[in-house]
Amino acid sequence: MFAYKCIAEALFVFFIAVTFTGGYFAVRAKYIMHAVMGLAVSLLGIAGLYFHLGSPFLAMMQVLIYVGAVCIIIAFGIMVGPKPQADEEKRVLGKRNALLAGAACLLGFGLLTVTVVQATWVPATVKTGDMTVRFLGESLLNQFCLSFELISVILLTAIIGALIIANIGKEEAES
Amino acid sequence: MIFLSDHLETYLVIAVLLLLLGVYGMVRHKTFIGMLISSEFILAGASINFMAFNRFLAPNPAVGQIFALFIMGIAAAEAAIVVSLILMVYHRFRTVDPAQVHDLQH
Repeated sequence: MFAYKCIAEALFVFFIAVTFTGGYFAVRAKYIMHAVMGLAVSLLGIAGLYFHLGSPFLAMMQVLIYVGAVCIIIAFGIMVGPKPQADEEKRVLGKRNALLAGAACLLGFGLLTVTVVQATWVPATVKTGDMTVRFLGESLLNQFCLSFELISVILLTAIIGALIIANIGKEEAES
Repeated sequence: MIFLSDHLETYLVIAVLLLLLGVYGMVRHKTFIGMLISSEFILAGASINFMAFNRFLAPNPAVGQIFALFIMGIAAAEAAIVVSLILMVYHRFRTVDPAQVHDLQH
């Protein structure tokens, strides 16, 4: 049992490493296509973290929706979209601003981490339900029916809206 | 032996790091698509937070999962809308530099 736990822990560290390596490439990449690749790798690592948080269903959805759909949409946006500026200076910040942004982020990290570590978290005394997909599906169709319907309406609206907005741009380009 | 994956704080610190990675990327990139990619990191940090609280503290373990699914749906809708907006902005302004798109300032 202990050996299994150690393997799970090693995988956990591996997933964290994958997440932040991908994130580093996504943020620091010279070309925007490399940034999308970094985003995909990072989101795969986050899927592993969901697995460790006890929800294999969410890990699968993460791979399906984020890595499968969102990254493809962004890649298509790059391919059919405008050509990026040739010189790198127009695409990323100057050195001084980058230093300031880094310093601000480090400060935010320090403040938030101190808060997180110092706070006392109290777990719920009574737990209802479990982490199985069966329970998730049942509550999605009973107790949380409204959110289920809402997300489908939001997705439908977004698809129609995206089509209309893209069409407006096309008509303006032609006229 | 202390296992990192059994502690709530580990996940919260990961979420903080993802949030700040997203903020840094948002400041650093000067293209719309780069900013969209960075915003995905911020959303991912938020859903890891929800899942961590769901696993360790929440009384009903379905709530956090449903919220994380909701965030995923919002992120997909947002990506579709933003990509079509980028195309429209390019057709109208002939530029991809966010600093050049300032019609409302006049």
